Amino acid sequence: MLELFEGPVPVEETLARWYKEEDRSNYGAFIPFIGTIRDEDGIDGLSFDIYEPILNSWYDAWQKKAAASGAILKMAHSKGDVPLHKSSYIAAVFSPKRRVALEMIDEFVEDFKASAPIWKYDLRDGKRIYAEDRSTAIKGSGLLKVNK
Amino acid sequence: MVTVEFLGPIQKDTVSLEAATLNDVAEFLSTDAELKSWIETCAVAVNDTMVMDLNTTLKDGDKVSLLPPVCGG
Repeated sequence: MLELFEGPVPVEETLARWYKEEDRSNYGAFIPFIGTIRDEDGIDGLSFDIYEPILNSWYDAWQKKAAASGAILKMAHSKGDVPLHKSSYIAAVFSPKRRVALEMIDEFVEDFKASAPIWKYDLRDGKRIYAEDRSTAIKGSGLLKVNK
Repeated sequence: MVTVEFLGPIQKDTVSLEAATLNDVAEFLSTDAELKSWIETCAVAVNDTMVMDLNTTLKDGDKVSLLPPVCGG
């Protein structure tokens, strides 16, 4: 299930709950990735906008892909403002054996970065500034460009 | 009428227009100087499904969404 939180993702509670949810599911591997807001370039934190309909369909497609390998995914992300040293993102794979989970967490997080409809803003001096230089154009972008 | 919505950091209100294909939407948006740089980097969804074809047909009530470059996590 995809979980969205207003503000930081509660890391300890979420990881403990996910672990508990699957502790009788006979998965041999549980590999979480936890993203934390770093203190860099003088920012006060980060902020996020999410377009949920497309995020949900992207996530459902990934869950089907995981199921084909006998694995499941879990993901949590923040909406709105997240201060320094807090988490905005956790992704996790549970699988029967480690190799599937190790490979899938890499592929899943990379595709998340390239495709998930989430927009990041730096919080700086009370302003919310789009992190354009760190953002990736989604595959197929520029479709509406008219060549004259 | 179809509606066009601008997601994330594009500070622009939803617009409505008559359009038979995405190509009509492209022509309409090309007249807006404010949108020029966004158009080049935006992906497009119709009714929340990503599309790759400018000839995609549209019907009354369809929703076209422009998705600028993303950065989750």
